[in-house]
Amino acid sequence: MKFTRAIRMAISSILSNKMRSFLTMLGVIIGVTAVITLIALGRGSTQRVSSQIESLGTNLIIINITGGRNRSVTQEDLQRIKGISGVSELAPVLSGGVTVKAGNKNTSTSLEATTPGYQQVRNTYVQLGRFLLQNDLDMRFRVAVVGVDVADELFGRRDVIGEEISINGVEFSIVGILEEKGSSVAGSDDNRIIIPLTTGQRLLRSTEVRTFYVSTLSPDVVNQVVGEIERFLTRKFNDENSFRVFNQTQLLSTINEATATLTMMLSGIAGISLLVGGIGIMNIMLVSVTERTREIGIRKAIGAKKRDILVQFLIESAVISGLGGVLGIIVGFMGANFLSRILNIPAAISADVVLLATGFSVGVGIIFGLYPASKAASLNPIDALRYE
Amino acid sequence: MIRLENLSKIYSMGDNRVVALNEISLSIDKGEFVAIMGPSGSGKSTLMNIIGCLDVATHGKYYLDGRDITSYNQNQLAEVRNKKFGFVFQGFNLLPKLTAVENVELPLVYAGVGAKKRREEAIRALEMMGLGKRIYHRPSELSGGQQQRVAIARALVNHPSVILADEPTGNLDSKSGMEIMEIFRELHSQGNTIILITHDINVARYAKRMITIRDGQIVSDEEVERR
Ligand SMILES: Nc1ncnc2c1ncn2[C@@H]1O[C@H](COP(=O)(O)OP(=O)(O)OP(=O)(O)O)[C@@H](O)[C@H]1O
Ligand SMILES: [Mg+2]
Repeated sequence: MKFTRAIRMAISSILSNKMRSFLTMLGVIIGVTAVITLIALGRGSTQRVSSQIESLGTNLIIINITGGRNRSVTQEDLQRIKGISGVSELAPVLSGGVTVKAGNKNTSTSLEATTPGYQQVRNTYVQLGRFLLQNDLDMRFRVAVVGVDVADELFGRRDVIGEEISINGVEFSIVGILEEKGSSVAGSDDNRIIIPLTTGQRLLRSTEVRTFYVSTLSPDVVNQVVGEIERFLTRKFNDENSFRVFNQTQLLSTINEATATLTMMLSGIAGISLLVGGIGIMNIMLVSVTERTREIGIRKAIGAKKRDILVQFLIESAVISGLGGVLGIIVGFMGANFLSRILNIPAAISADVVLLATGFSVGVGIIFGLYPASKAASLNPIDALRYE
Repeated sequence: MIRLENLSKIYSMGDNRVVALNEISLSIDKGEFVAIMGPSGSGKSTLMNIIGCLDVATHGKYYLDGRDITSYNQNQLAEVRNKKFGFVFQGFNLLPKLTAVENVELPLVYAGVGAKKRREEAIRALEMMGLGKRIYHRPSELSGGQQQRVAIARALVNHPSVILADEPTGNLDSKSGMEIMEIFRELHSQGNTIILITHDINVARYAKRMITIRDGQIVSDEEVERR
């Protein structure tokens, strides 16, 4: 018997009992919808996180000194590191949480004390005014560059160059407004204040530089520069566990690991829901075989072989399940877009997931249809004909 | 063409043994029109089902065109049913969701005939049964006599060696029953081999040979005298 005919037969049999077919499909529809929606949102958000990490700059290296209390790098060390071949810029950073006041308004924000190199290293520029200058550091000027959230919070406007603010009780004047960055993994990039390193060392009562950023001339030399820095610091501290060096590739691979875990969990959910859907299909197919015993008898009497009946019922359950899969993909598509808008998470629907979902649901139909179909196929023709 | 030798069919349920056919020996040649008569429960249907390869004998031999059918497996039997036999049942046994022409096509589907040829042959068979105007009707839209004619068209469409009919007029009023019997008479005159089971002596008179069975045994086998 021809395959297309078998499919047409299956479809007309499904259509002849629409409500039941729909209820049978429901398990598969819900399962596939859940998978498509979750994977789309999961992938969408990891893609956003990775692109944020990429926007940090592909040639950024972050160094954290972690060991004992008196471990820190000196001005000299920084000069030596800046001299490593392949390094284009370096910026030490001292950071802490502070309270900022202007007039009768106050807010808490994060403060970074750094050098002019920060601009290039962190890819952070001003939209108004100016960034820190070497002179600010040399003279220990009390100047500040602020993010737009800080300006909004304290002044309700953004053209606040020249305004005075007090940071932890010390007066600063605003010389620059940072470009708007939006929020990222680490919270809002717009809610922060940048001041000269030297001024910050006084304000925060700490001279120890324990974090610094390095940018390389090109992404290709990142690994080589990381190696040089690690060698240098190991020699200096005589301990390779007293510092940590990150770069973007490492961050990305961490994210990818998290994504892989997420995908595994989603596949688990998919597996369980498709299993439940499959059991529903098997159940209905068994009922259908019983109901159609006479039909099977008639078909056998006029020459249907075991295989013909087997294929007929297998195709029927595969079509029910596959159709459920397709409907699930459509509903999942809509669900992902809807949730994406409501939760403000990007949705990424890719062809591989759609193909996989379709393949899986057809497969489930075949696997769970096998038992009912073989039951139908092995009916004795005369018993089937006599069945009332 | 059909030769049965000491054929028995025994149903055993626990200690209970029902001997439905008891050592039946019989042969039927090509072109014959045979009626099988007998009281209810005498084993007529059992005999027809075994002849039509729907069921298998408990012991004894069955030769069809000289071949021993008793050793055939399920798939070979399905093929024999498809190629050699056309069935007409008392309850019509049409598929209710298919149209008349789709029902008639079914044996050709399982014989592997192409869609176009299948449709042509099925329509021709329906026209022969006088149902040219009912091709796309479903069984529920046809009268009993018309349904039985669709069933006959289905039995004929694959040009079987033997037409087996188990009480084909049993569910019909006497007028439609006579019409159906006229069709069988006509088919016989065209050279078809027909085996007909009936209770009704008036129906059996259409045949040329009448076999009577009782308690699973043949009690008489004679020519039908013309009135
Ligand atoms: N599947 C079965 N299991 C047990 N006994 C059976 C079975 N089928 C038939 N029989 C028995 O075999 C005997 C012959 O049955 P069969 O159906 O051949 O009778 P029949 O001559 O066709 O009767 P009717 O004229 O009523 O159709 C009966 O006694 C019946 O009870
Ligand atoms: Mg009977």
